Amino acid sequence: MLASVVGVLFDGLAYGMLLFLLSVGLSVTLGMMNFVNLAHCSFAMVGGYAAVWLTGRFGWPFLAALPAAFLAGAAVSLVLERTLYRRLYRASDLDQCLFTIGIVFISVAVAAYFFGTIQQSIRTPPWLEGSFGAFGLSFSAYRLFLIVASLAVAALLVWSLERTRFGARVRAAVDNQRMARGLGIDVDRAFMITFALGGGLAGLGGALAVAMVGLDHQFAFTYLVYVLIVVAVGGLGSIGGSLAAAALLGISDMAGKYYFPWLGAFVIYLVMVGLLMWRPVGLFGKR
Amino acid sequence: MRWHPLEAAFWLATLLPFVLAPSYLSLASQIAITALFALSLDLILGYAGLVSLGHAAYFGVGAYAAGLLSKYLFGEPLTGLAVSGLAAGGVGYLSSHVIVRFRHLALIMLTLGFGLLLFEAANSASALTGGADGLQGVAISPLLGFKFDLYGRTAYAYSLAVLFLCFLVCRRLIHSPLGLALRGIRENALRMPAIGAPSLAHLRMAYTVAAVMAGVAGALLTQTTSTVSLEVLSFGRSADVLVILILGGAGRLYGGILGAILYMVARDQLSDMNPQYWYFWIGLLLVAVVMFLPNGILGGASALYPKRQ
Repeated sequence: MLASVVGVLFDGLAYGMLLFLLSVGLSVTLGMMNFVNLAHCSFAMVGGYAAVWLTGRFGWPFLAALPAAFLAGAAVSLVLERTLYRRLYRASDLDQCLFTIGIVFISVAVAAYFFGTIQQSIRTPPWLEGSFGAFGLSFSAYRLFLIVASLAVAALLVWSLERTRFGARVRAAVDNQRMARGLGIDVDRAFMITFALGGGLAGLGGALAVAMVGLDHQFAFTYLVYVLIVVAVGGLGSIGGSLAAAALLGISDMAGKYYFPWLGAFVIYLVMVGLLMWRPVGLFGKR
Repeated sequence: MRWHPLEAAFWLATLLPFVLAPSYLSLASQIAITALFALSLDLILGYAGLVSLGHAAYFGVGAYAAGLLSKYLFGEPLTGLAVSGLAAGGVGYLSSHVIVRFRHLALIMLTLGFGLLLFEAANSASALTGGADGLQGVAISPLLGFKFDLYGRTAYAYSLAVLFLCFLVCRRLIHSPLGLALRGIRENALRMPAIGAPSLAHLRMAYTVAAVMAGVAGALLTQTTSTVSLEVLSFGRSADVLVILILGGAGRLYGGILGAILYMVARDQLSDMNPQYWYFWIGLLLVAVVMFLPNGILGGASALYPKRQ
């Protein structure tokens, strides 16, 4: 009994950390520009396919493919932001929603065209294969790696938002965009960089997701709902909130699948609807 | 509100498939049902400005209500249609108390969440709904003595008549003080309560009417095809109807109908195309409409012909 509880907590935490990587960029950019970007998981898909392609076709080592996935996600999101997204910052919610859903449809079709509809796989280094034992329980090495890497990224993000000049600009823009502009902060530029960083983190998340939850052409749709739940529950522009919401979601999803498999994803949606009705701005959101 | 000659011409033209394309009457009936569904979304999205990513919830409730009713109680279609509409309206009324209070991301997430919740509930309750296999044993009696035949003659006449009746209701509603209040909320959600309009009550009313119509559309689909699949509650259906409405032109009575005709005919013509690539063109279309034709086809057309005053 205890072993299964610890196992579910561990797996749920690993899953939650994956969701954190996928969603943190969206949380910050949504907080800054109020831009409803439903295509965020398409950037994750770009990173995932880049990692699969580089390791499979060119024999890159797994650890070298991760930064490449980050760069791929960041590059694609930067190009899209500069060419298309920036025209829609003042558009209505509906227009932003429709436009980005359109991007998701296109990315799903493009992925199916180039990579087919099969599940992709990636070769991880031997030291990440298998599992190790501790306290009489066994833990997957890859999942531990995922948790450690995500926590490191979260710490780096919190540090850069709280301690650097760039982070101060981003925080000012999230809190009050007009005031920040009035003080001479170049919000557009800060947003561009944040957007690229968020896309890059999603790309990294996509690459790390392949070995844990798999990757196929529907990835951008499958994880869209989860990412939106993390953002909406965690509150816009809050890294701590995203981390807590992602961990909560990951653990409750794993627990639901393990203990109540017949309910499917029902529990998750119920938790989300309940939380949103109770606190529409999210657990840690300010507005 | 006087009828424009073009409107009369349009409704007369909807009778043409009986003579010109008798082999496409099943498709025509599907189009009428989709148009009704899009019209119901237009009430809340186009006129009241409530974005919904889960409108299929009410369509699905209506579809399952009609199916279960015919399986366990009676197969008479007209009563079944009314009861299914009321069932969807009841669900819509209950959820409207929550939904109309929210805006922006929370609204999008809540409508999406309600839709997904119902989908998962129908999937889990497979003893009642048949789950992923669909509901078996739907038996619809003849409509006023006319059987639902293979060619879809009864189906199209039935769907078209229901669409026209609902359209009349919508038309009356849009030009009533309530319709004006809804447009006021869409244009400025803060000012309407400030001038004393009970905005939340207006929104609840519109939301419930829209849910009834979506339920009626769902029930029509069940009765004309004699099957119910889990797909009636899916996110894909919510997204499709949104695309249809936006393509035709939201906030215009004929937007949803025109969008449904274009979308369904295009999908029928391109049905041998792999669905993945069909969605590529839908995505491209969405991007193009948002960028270049923000008010849909009807909006673009009316910009070409300025109104005479």
